[in-house]
Amino acid sequence: MQSVVVLFVMSLLVFVGVYAIGNPIDILINPQADQIDRERAIAALGLDKPLWEQYLVFLKGALTGDLGRSFVHATPALGLILTRMPATMELAIAAMLIAVVLGIPLGLWAGLKPNGVAGRTIMAGSILGFSLPTFWVGLMLIMVFSVMLGWLPSNGRGPTMLLFGLVPVSFLSWEGLSHLVLPATNLALFKLALLIRLTRAGTRESLLQDYVKFARAKGLSNARVIGVHVLRNIMIPIVTVIGLEFGSVIAFAIVTESVFAWPGMGKLLIDSINLLDRPVIVAYLLVIVTLFIVINLVVDVLYSALDPRVRLAEAKG
Amino acid sequence: MSTVVPAVPEPAARAAQSPFARIASDFVANPVAVFGLVLLALIVAAAVFAPLISPQNPYDLAQLDVMDSKLPPGSKSPNGGTFWLGTDDQGRDMLSAIFYGLRISLMVGAASTVLALLVGLTMGLTAAYLGGRIETLIMRIVDIQLSFPAILIALILIAVLGQGTGKVIAALVTIQWAYYARTVRSAALVEKRKEYMEAARCLALSPARIVFRHLLPNCLPPMIVVATVQVAAAIALEATLSFLGLGLPITEPSLGLLIANGYQYLLSGKYWISFFPGVALLATIVSINLVADQLRDVLNPRLSR
Amino acid sequence: MRPVPVPRRLAAAIAIAASVALGVALTAPASAQELKIAVAADVTSIDPHFFNLFPNNNIAEHIFDKLVQMDADSRMIPGVATSWKTLDDRTWEFKLRRGVKFHDGSELTAEDVAFSINRVPTVPNSPGPFSAYTKAIVGIDIVDPYTIRFRTAAPHPLMPNDMSTIYIVSKKVATGAPTEDFNSGKAAVGSGRYKFVRYVNGDRVEIVRNDAYWGEKPPFARVTFRIIKNEPARMAALLSGDVDAIEQPPTADLARLKSDPKFTLTSKISHRVIYFNFDHLDRSSPFVTGKDGKPLEKNPLTDVRVRRAISKAINRPAIAERVMEGQAIPSGQLVSEKLFGHNPALKAEAYDPEGAKKLLAEAGYPNGFNLTIHGPAGRYVNDEKIVQAVAQMLARVGITAKVETAPMGPYSGRASKQEFSFHMVGWGASTGEASSPLRSLLATFNRDKGLGAVNWGRYSNTRVDYLIEQALQQVNDENRMIMLQRATELAMADLGIMPIHFQFTMWATKKNVAYTPRTDEYTLAFQFRPVRQ
Repeated sequence: MQSVVVLFVMSLLVFVGVYAIGNPIDILINPQADQIDRERAIAALGLDKPLWEQYLVFLKGALTGDLGRSFVHATPALGLILTRMPATMELAIAAMLIAVVLGIPLGLWAGLKPNGVAGRTIMAGSILGFSLPTFWVGLMLIMVFSVMLGWLPSNGRGPTMLLFGLVPVSFLSWEGLSHLVLPATNLALFKLALLIRLTRAGTRESLLQDYVKFARAKGLSNARVIGVHVLRNIMIPIVTVIGLEFGSVIAFAIVTESVFAWPGMGKLLIDSINLLDRPVIVAYLLVIVTLFIVINLVVDVLYSALDPRVRLAEAKG
Repeated sequence: MSTVVPAVPEPAARAAQSPFARIASDFVANPVAVFGLVLLALIVAAAVFAPLISPQNPYDLAQLDVMDSKLPPGSKSPNGGTFWLGTDDQGRDMLSAIFYGLRISLMVGAASTVLALLVGLTMGLTAAYLGGRIETLIMRIVDIQLSFPAILIALILIAVLGQGTGKVIAALVTIQWAYYARTVRSAALVEKRKEYMEAARCLALSPARIVFRHLLPNCLPPMIVVATVQVAAAIALEATLSFLGLGLPITEPSLGLLIANGYQYLLSGKYWISFFPGVALLATIVSINLVADQLRDVLNPRLSR
Repeated sequence: MRPVPVPRRLAAAIAIAASVALGVALTAPASAQELKIAVAADVTSIDPHFFNLFPNNNIAEHIFDKLVQMDADSRMIPGVATSWKTLDDRTWEFKLRRGVKFHDGSELTAEDVAFSINRVPTVPNSPGPFSAYTKAIVGIDIVDPYTIRFRTAAPHPLMPNDMSTIYIVSKKVATGAPTEDFNSGKAAVGSGRYKFVRYVNGDRVEIVRNDAYWGEKPPFARVTFRIIKNEPARMAALLSGDVDAIEQPPTADLARLKSDPKFTLTSKISHRVIYFNFDHLDRSSPFVTGKDGKPLEKNPLTDVRVRRAISKAINRPAIAERVMEGQAIPSGQLVSEKLFGHNPALKAEAYDPEGAKKLLAEAGYPNGFNLTIHGPAGRYVNDEKIVQAVAQMLARVGITAKVETAPMGPYSGRASKQEFSFHMVGWGASTGEASSPLRSLLATFNRDKGLGAVNWGRYSNTRVDYLIEQALQQVNDENRMIMLQRATELAMADLGIMPIHFQFTMWATKKNVAYTPRTDEYTLAFQFRPVRQ
């Protein structure tokens, strides 16, 4: 319900905003066209109607699942975004995997040995990862790994295959995977730094907790203390953050997608903003909000699976 | 950037020492953080005194000459000076451009942080103090807003508002106030339960007095940490927006815009146009983050050694 | 504490990453039969009548035929039509080539031509229709399958030019087909040199050679157009060998391209002129103020001496050399040398800052005035940089100039409402002759006649108007040429608009591929050929 209100407000905002910025026909139409052609094109896209009427038309369509057609591509805006979605999701998931697979062990290490050389180096690295602007790192990666070393392709998405006969993905072939490495690394960097810091902080805090001290006192092996007690305890906030940050990865993919010419929906959004392709902007928002609702739901479920206290509280409440 | 703010610690309750002295002494215990602080101080000084220390006013078009464009670092300028860091595609002295760019970036970062802090404080304190429906409403808005990535909201806002310095600041404020509101509310809720608040209420002090004289000062430490991190985030976000072509006007470039302008020259070997502003941006954000990091440790009593 | 078992896992991760990198390094290079080209702008649709947009037309050039084609110098040459002539003032006859086959094997006849022309104004939701090129036609007569006649209401000498923009689709396949069917390939059946294979929105278009093509067959059998809008990314794609050729290499990288033996840089003067509009309206111009910052009651830009002073203050060779890295040629008129209607007598204004100051003083502005210059961001090659360089140069003659730029959308919206005082635009003479800029940029704005549609400064000169209108109906080529040249001369004497330069279009290729460059800026796969080394 809440999200419906959000959607409503956002779509209204975008409608008014884009309307105020300019008329897409001014950019879209061929300059050779005269005034009469121009007026005809404006009418063809329904832009001659007053704003409230355009909005009502949109609302009516939206209720039946029709978010309008892209001004530029002539295809339904929703379909357009859905065709771009697998590319973005693939990139985001790959980035998240990299961040988790590297971030948690590194953070754990830094947390266990906060004053060692390795621990300090990891932390210094994470501050760097936090501070480096994504777009700048992207180009540096291209410079080094594609242009200078020639190891990896500089941009674009490799050949795709259908996963489950439905979703086109590129990670099933070597070539596809090679296209994925650089952008995914680029996108992962910020989240990697974040995860390192979170894991470190969590580890440090949990090492001070009584149950860890107790487990130690019981004479449990170090590996077991860390593996079972510490890790399990810090997993809860980390899973939450991973879930929440997944949304932000999808959004941040906008930058990575522009640098690496990755044909995802973030790039589509930037293009659409530049062309004032309103139906696509609105549809993108709608898709993203829905996506976030789903992610939050999944996080909640995982959360209660991991933390018995939440389950108990829910059972009681 | 949606930096996750860790759970708010209870402010220090050590009474023996004055809190500032304690914080200061804890802070300098870490040489890296001191380095960050010194670096930050230098950067801020460079930005503040930019008009005095810059060889050129890079925003005065009459002082630029396109014939001096893209000169490598160390080239001589026609009026006898030296372009220590080279020139950009308009013949701007990079050193001057970086000083002025720092000014704009820090100005945007600071202005948006201060404004967002004010809005966030007001909303957070209102929510915590009044409670009830208003609290629910405010926190709902905060939750919704925080569930969206900052960059997305910024992009949409810029798409809706159009471009320009004021609009970028507006977008940054819109994004950031929610962090403060959430932080201050949780801090305030903790404070509210403490005895001194009870006492203040029993003395029938006016609500404004309670909030501003008693509640607010005690909620500040966590806010300072969040604010430092958010300044860095704001600067980085502005740079990203400018890079995407949706940020500040081109004639008065911020660091982000300088990097974006020089970005196209990176592959051609004219590294200085993008590299030096990149270093400046990096130094700024790193130093702020170093300081913020230490502040967080210092202000979190549970972790103090 | 014992060390935690992190290092081993880390080592494993590194090993995996390394093997990925190695596996990649071993992938085979593309075969010689295949050509990969990175283009700079997004292809929005394969429907050749949906949206008159450069990147869409660029793809359509491969898949579809036209009655009239343009050669690399924008001169008309026979396409599907082998010849054309006027039967009388108001009738054009086109003779069609026999044996032209669509990709599905059916023959292209006059029926398909008529269908295509009739389809143009009816494509739904078109944001940029081609109807400007078909609306002169009031009737179509199909004489036989290989002869078609077009009737017009008034004499229309530009019919062959118009027909060089209309792509011919198959009546059989395209009847009732929506734009989506073209994008999916179902209706993308043309008779061009290449057949459509695949279109991935925002990513690529793939085509293969049409071995049944009526004309010369192109050298490359399979072609992929990759869409890479980001300049450094496009450049990196070429440098790293992912693509064989790119269009619009960033000017920043030209020096490197020229010196690197692995690549070839090809460039050609484009049909596009970069120019500035003046506010010609008799009003207090919105972005001109006195030196004290107060608005000026009289618009100084209406005085031709002030316009001339601005023109003299601009160092065009410096812009061409420094801002454009030599990839532009200073201009004093609307179309470049090889195009119809070029006036050889009109030279680019010489740089003369002293003369500019004198003229300003004569006009009553010895100390200059304040001016905000507007320019589009990211629409033309180095647009923002040109505007800034112009501002620098004006500052030196006393006109204190500020610069504001905006993306083309909001920018053109404001410019077309006369909200600016002095602003930059570009114009490509896509019909390959001078009437295109004259009628759109310099003819007095007139909605009903369709004249002056982009005359954003509202320049108006009745003698220029008269010459343009005469030229548009003058069927005799020689007379028309003189009229166009004369109209250009008059408008330039007034500085109705102020040309800066003709930009060059550039292509960068690997050494083993060569490109025959074109005035019309198209990147056509069939103009690439392999080069033996």
